[in-house]
Amino acid sequence: MSAGVGVELDDVWVRFGDFVAVREANVNIKGGEFFSFLGPSGCGKTTILRAISGFLEPSEGTVSIGGANMAGIGPNKRPTALIFQNLALFPLMTVWENISFSMEVKGAGKKERRHRADELLELIALADQGEKMVHELSGGQRQRVAIARALCAQPDVLLLDEPLSALDLKLRQHMRTELRAIQQQVGITFIYITHDQGEALTMSDNVAVMRDGVIEQVADGQAIYDDPATPFVASFVGENNVLSGKVTALSKNVATVDTNLGKLRARVATAVQGGLNTGDRAMLFVRPEAVGIVETGSRGGNKISATVVTEEFEGSNYHVFMETAAGEPLKMSLVNKGQSRASATGTKLTVTFDADRAVALPVGALASE
Amino acid sequence: MKSSTFLSIFIGLYLIIFFGYLFGPLILMSMTAFNSSEFPRVSPWECFTLEWFDVLARDDALITGLTNSLIIAGGVVVLSVLIGLAGALILTQVWPRLRPWYYTIVISPILVPGVVLGISTLIFWDRLGTMFDARYDSVFYDGIFLTIIGQSTFISAYCMLVFISRLQRFDPALEEAALDLGATHTQTFRKILLPFLYPAIGSAAVLAFLASFENYNTTVFTVIDQSTLTTVLASKVRYGINPSISSLAVIIVAITLVGAIAHEALRRREQLKIERGEITDSSSAAANKMQGWLSGNPAMILLMLVFVAGLGTVWFGSQYSPNQCKVDVRLQKELLQQRQGPDIFSPQGGEQTQPQAPAIPDGSGSGASDTNPGRGTFGDVFDPGNLEEGEGAAPSGEGSSGGGSGDDGAAVQSPGASTFGDVFNPGNLEESAGTGSQE
Repeated sequence: MSAGVGVELDDVWVRFGDFVAVREANVNIKGGEFFSFLGPSGCGKTTILRAISGFLEPSEGTVSIGGANMAGIGPNKRPTALIFQNLALFPLMTVWENISFSMEVKGAGKKERRHRADELLELIALADQGEKMVHELSGGQRQRVAIARALCAQPDVLLLDEPLSALDLKLRQHMRTELRAIQQQVGITFIYITHDQGEALTMSDNVAVMRDGVIEQVADGQAIYDDPATPFVASFVGENNVLSGKVTALSKNVATVDTNLGKLRARVATAVQGGLNTGDRAMLFVRPEAVGIVETGSRGGNKISATVVTEEFEGSNYHVFMETAAGEPLKMSLVNKGQSRASATGTKLTVTFDADRAVALPVGALASE
Repeated sequence: MKSSTFLSIFIGLYLIIFFGYLFGPLILMSMTAFNSSEFPRVSPWECFTLEWFDVLARDDALITGLTNSLIIAGGVVVLSVLIGLAGALILTQVWPRLRPWYYTIVISPILVPGVVLGISTLIFWDRLGTMFDARYDSVFYDGIFLTIIGQSTFISAYCMLVFISRLQRFDPALEEAALDLGATHTQTFRKILLPFLYPAIGSAAVLAFLASFENYNTTVFTVIDQSTLTTVLASKVRYGINPSISSLAVIIVAITLVGAIAHEALRRREQLKIERGEITDSSSAAANKMQGWLSGNPAMILLMLVFVAGLGTVWFGSQYSPNQCKVDVRLQKELLQQRQGPDIFSPQGGEQTQPQAPAIPDGSGSGASDTNPGRGTFGDVFDPGNLEEGEGAAPSGEGSSGGGSGDDGAAVQSPGASTFGDVFNPGNLEESAGTGSQE
């Protein structure tokens, strides 16, 4: 298997009239990587994908694939294959004709095409379904046919535009695993577009989070989750309790922030280290699973007193929704270890979180729910 | 309960009237094709005959017109489908703000009266021909060529509408997918877009063919010294018509009917196949294949019936000869004329008829006298001069034939009726009384 070919976006801007769809995008995607663009709808991630696949020329900047500048090269000449959001399988062709279409347009003989299609059908576990028409397949099967069709073109880079969004939850989770397995098997670069953070985090080596045409952070899944670069990333990926205040002290990248719940300490995010100064307004992001009930007799640390509003039991976890003294909501998630949960509505609790597991960031826009 | 029965009766009545309005003329016209009468009519029914099909086949003007119509329709189909397809494709490519303008311009020939299109085509090509000093046997003055061009100006707009509606359902992502997989633009068009458009090309071709075939108002100008089926028919209507036109109509209706039913039957069969494929599966489907072919497919059954009826008609036509019947009818007519001649010309006979039986005299007379053994005695009636004798000679014969023409007979049989007639016709009082006294 080839090591795969890298894709580089260098200062790419895309404008539609006055509207800026992509603003100064700089991304370096390594060969053989599973890379995701994550963002809410309308954030410009599909535009970036179209710029890479060649359906759209960037207004400024360059797209390079495998080191070669792609300017002026049409989509049919680029070493990319795109899997469309609606799959765009050819409805008038059988499954195997769909899969081998890229060979047909290059003039390959029927026998050769059929052979290759059968190989790919084997790969996607749809052997002997080749004679069926596309509409006779189920959603998940069509999904896999679309992947096989793209792989048949032997692309260096496979682009996927929210291909799982039309599937139901169970199938989606199954297809995630399958996509990842296929990617590791064929070893080519996958660029994946999604608004579903679960998809992005589970499958990707690296994720780029986008907002309004701007790439806010590029990092691996864990860094995106634990060490967000902007308030948007922190609030868009996963759940976070948000507390805002003013930085009163900084020591060893731990900021003390004076909030309306008192002074709380949190780690300064890696991306803004040195950029956050005493006296700045800041936001604290605390994951619900980082919040815990204060053990009796413990001292120091961040302490917040709150009143239980309601509780949800999820099986492996249960979530306690509370209200702080300042009237702000606070969520705590506890792993179900069989402990007693007697925290009825109205119970007063004192909760705490580790300064290391909370992140302090300069004030910025949050993701809208 | 009551209102619902009333409603269903009303709906039934409405349907009968509606379908009668739609198909009545067609059915009547088809029937006239099988009547031996010289003029297309159903009543009186003379003899069943297929001779009009024969007359049709030997009518050179009509056959030439039909051939020209088919040639023109073929040309129009090719030209219009190509222009329409190109027009529709450009509409999808053109700059969005230009689209309404473009659409209006391309669609406008439909709104222009066909007569105007015909005249303008004629004038345009005549001017063009003059410019090139073309001779009158050149293409600029060729009726068939001009008709193809003239008809295509608006038929291509019809075709474009068909293509536009199909293209609106085309997913542009399919084209992108093909390009992305390495296809050139030509390959994408040929392998993706064109197969998608095949059904629309079929519909557009049928539409263009029919529109061209039946067109008159544009054709009548552009065809110049040549003729098409419609222009031949129009001139026939002007100079005298016979039922061979009806037989042409029967053929066209039959072809249309068979085509429509066959299309429906095939469609149903596909549908059944899909349904059955989903319910059973390929393995058990073979068991009920035999019944399955016909069951649940009324269109297929209808098609078979039409086919059998057609075969039966042809067989019957080859076996049956209407000659004997025609001879009989001719005889009757002659007799009737002979007998009626005097009736009509004599003021007494004609006027007396009116109050008693307003029905058309020759209708009832001919029908009844067919079985009348006494018609031999009518021989004398041929001579108008023998009027008095005839009346005297055959009172019983006319009496049994009854009806309007038997005014004299009626007078004989029932004196009351006679006197009744006399009351209405006081001027003839003496004459009538004289007849009665003669008896």
